[in-house]
Amino acid sequence: MAILEILKLPDSRLKEIAEEVTAFDDELHSFISDLEETRLDGPAAVGIAATQVGRLQRIVIIDCSNTRKPVPNHGRLVLVNPEITEWDGFELGREGCLSVPDYTGNVIRAEKIKVKAMDPAGLASEYEMEGFEARALQHEVDHLDGILFVDRLVSRRTDLFQRKVYRKGGAQKT
Amino acid sequence: MDWQMLTLVGEDQPGIVAQVTDALYQSGFNLGETSMIRLGGNFTIMMMVGSAQAQGDLTRQLAPVAEKLGLQLHLDPIRGALHQHRVPNFQVRVNGADRAGIVARVTGVLAVCGFNILELESDVVGTEQEPVYIMTIQGYSESTLESLEAALGELKAKDIDVHVSPIETLIG
Repeated sequence: MAILEILKLPDSRLKEIAEEVTAFDDELHSFISDLEETRLDGPAAVGIAATQVGRLQRIVIIDCSNTRKPVPNHGRLVLVNPEITEWDGFELGREGCLSVPDYTGNVIRAEKIKVKAMDPAGLASEYEMEGFEARALQHEVDHLDGILFVDRLVSRRTDLFQRKVYRKGGAQKT
Repeated sequence: MDWQMLTLVGEDQPGIVAQVTDALYQSGFNLGETSMIRLGGNFTIMMMVGSAQAQGDLTRQLAPVAEKLGLQLHLDPIRGALHQHRVPNFQVRVNGADRAGIVARVTGVLAVCGFNILELESDVVGTEQEPVYIMTIQGYSESTLESLEAALGELKAKDIDVHVSPIETLIG
């Protein structure tokens, strides 16, 4: 077990696209233990991606079971090769990041998502997530694609784009 | 680094920020945190401006560009430093028909609750005949959601539509 060094902006490795995991071996499991220990070491992080410790592989951990106000969640999830397959709705929320110290800002994320992923043993499963947990997963999957939340910031004055006012065949005129 | 707070106000036009910050850069000053917004069609900006070494009189060095752009300039020495961000844990939203005293009443209740306002924005929208007031506040308080709701609930009885919600900042 070891606490790994967190890469910080502007480290260029944070902008890289991570590779799929193909070997579900002891070395992977040992790395996952270190990654979890690293997540728990810092300020209360609900998620961490392998990219943040300089390992450019598609591995994330999220755990939304310990928020101030309880939110719907699946407990601690170690997700290998996660893939978001469906997005629904928009929600504005405040985010920070272990890789961007001393800064928080507003980001628009999908409200509900469906996720396909493997567990550390290589078994595939699917999840439906909403709200805070969906936000956490989107934040971590972004890391695997070389995207930080600061790349998605919106102004405090930005209104959410209200898709609901549009209907098939164009906006209704009143 | 010693910081000063530079405030500039004037009629808005494209290119103000570029010209002002270029003048600061050419004079050897650094920028810290800044905030610019249009208020009632006016350009307004506040900037933390600092320099490692004494660079002379900033007011005099900015006078030409301020005069050219028609900006009122104000400069204050400040205490304070970078990396002092606090993360808000509550948001308060107010909206309704515009009338006198809304801000004072809402923020008065929050102050009694020990609520530290970190960001406040308010606007009068709607039409001239029917102005609508919108305010959002983000801040930090040790109080519980329930006690803030109870305190602000008294305003609802006075016809001020006010909502408080927790902000759970995601760190990932």
